[in-house]
Amino acid sequence: MAFDKMELRDVEVWDGNHAAAQALRQAQVDVVAAYPITPSTPIVEGYAQFKADNYVEGEFVMVESEHAAMSGCIGAAAAGGRVATATSSQGLALMVETLYQASGMRLPIILNIVNRALAAPLNVNGDHSDMYLCRDSGWIQFDAFSPQGAYDLNFIAFKVSEDHGIRLPSIINQDGFMTSHTAQGVTTITDDDAYNFVGKFKPMNDMLDFEHPVTHGVQTEEDWHFEHKARQHSDLMLKVSPKIDEVFANFEKLTGRKYSQVECYDMEDADLCVFCLGTSVETAREVATEMRAKGLKAGVVGLRVIRPFPFAQIIEALKDVKAVAILDRASPGGAPGAMYNEIAGALYNTEYSPLLSGYIYGLGGRDLTKANLVDLYNELQTNVDAGKVTTQLQQFIGVRGPKLSFL
Amino acid sequence: MLEIRWHSRAGQGAVTGAKGLADVISTTGKHVQAFAFYGSAKRGAAMTAYNRVDTKVIMNHEKYMKPDYVFVIDPALAITTDVTIHHKDTTKYIITTHLSTEELIKAQPRFEDKDVYTVDCIVIANETIGRPIPNTPMLGAFMKVSGMYDIEFFKENMKRVLSKLPQKIVDANMVAIQRAYDEVK
Repeated sequence: MAFDKMELRDVEVWDGNHAAAQALRQAQVDVVAAYPITPSTPIVEGYAQFKADNYVEGEFVMVESEHAAMSGCIGAAAAGGRVATATSSQGLALMVETLYQASGMRLPIILNIVNRALAAPLNVNGDHSDMYLCRDSGWIQFDAFSPQGAYDLNFIAFKVSEDHGIRLPSIINQDGFMTSHTAQGVTTITDDDAYNFVGKFKPMNDMLDFEHPVTHGVQTEEDWHFEHKARQHSDLMLKVSPKIDEVFANFEKLTGRKYSQVECYDMEDADLCVFCLGTSVETAREVATEMRAKGLKAGVVGLRVIRPFPFAQIIEALKDVKAVAILDRASPGGAPGAMYNEIAGALYNTEYSPLLSGYIYGLGGRDLTKANLVDLYNELQTNVDAGKVTTQLQQFIGVRGPKLSFL
Repeated sequence: MLEIRWHSRAGQGAVTGAKGLADVISTTGKHVQAFAFYGSAKRGAAMTAYNRVDTKVIMNHEKYMKPDYVFVIDPALAITTDVTIHHKDTTKYIITTHLSTEELIKAQPRFEDKDVYTVDCIVIANETIGRPIPNTPMLGAFMKVSGMYDIEFFKENMKRVLSKLPQKIVDANMVAIQRAYDEVK
């Protein structure tokens, strides 16, 4: 059955959800098994619409839960197809068990997570609680800062995940509402160029290859479990990072858009750095430029690849900076922020010791304003001038009530 | 940077209006952003939507805004909510109401000393489109007040934005846009 191609303008005004749905169409995903949840629903709804309108040749499987959605994706990927889905928040929480199955079975599934707070209290808005929930699930994890990123990173993720040297699933994170429901100009790729970049799906150990029977999802007890997990971790640590760099470089050749695992902005001579994820990276860049005009040497580091954690690139990015604010958009539940811990861990055994301070912000979609970020850079400058962190190590930005700080 | 805040009720088409406006402006090479703030609000709940327009890439993702224009597409919201929040001296207000601008200011003293324009987008939408969806007429009024684009250029582009709708509805929207353009005061 032939499908229709779509004529796109060079720049389309798309929100992050539609950008991701268009990428799934252009990659000609074979199977989407999905269960709707705000704010990610329009991604899989979009794919279903494209299928109904004959723009994709694939299957849309309606299931009874997110657990079943990822289970369906696992079955389809093991059978030997290009597979993707999307979810958020509570849906992801229900899906988590199967995330570990997908990565352990080395199935190159693509999951778009539209980041949203976790209840209680119930909240549909954007924070990174769900992103952090599946942090250790063995998936490759990318982070989009805008609808353009949500579009581009889907192609990049297919290319990395489906490589026979990798065969690990990928998550593309985008901020709920702030990216998913915010329409901006997205520079498009033609259907032919997009599909040629991702390439025809090449099955590996597929269950529908009856000439070469294989078993997926086996039980291994003490005798083999550790070896499988160690090999998976080893591939994440050694193989994925160079592959991502290679795919980023090829993507730049195709589109002119350059991605890096650690995205540095005005960091060459920076004294002060805000380290964050998602849309906050872009807002912080705008504020950093304004702080430069006021004489502060401000920069921004945003994490494009969350897993595998780009340890060496982060050290390189932060080695000459004097003070770093590490922003976590998730409640750490009785600890320093997760990203704070990871950055501190990366720097600890080096000769570099910038002043690190951690900030919890933006829970449940609470606005991170430019004024917040101006205060933040000024606080970092105060720390630099004093030669030490002048506040407690963990503070809260934008929460009402008495000032909260710990540690 | 041009910034617009829409006050609407969920279901009146503010999100579609904001995205449609962004789409048209984008064709002229400008950078745009359109978003809304409604959480899981249900149809009829008060909500806000936003546009940003600039000559360079828009990196600011904060919701906070001191708008250049405020669009109010539900008549009651001009009275019952503070649509002047984060006002600046140059902010212009385009308000859907059956009242004249003078009557509106009398009914809601907040608008005294503000740059207020009125137009009855609800009546226009009912009489043209046949449903009280006041989003596209508001954009017609905006074209008049701002002088941003020639109205014919704007209508041509809106035809493309609305092209998934039946031709009859697209035509009715064009009449609605033109009427609001002509009637806003």
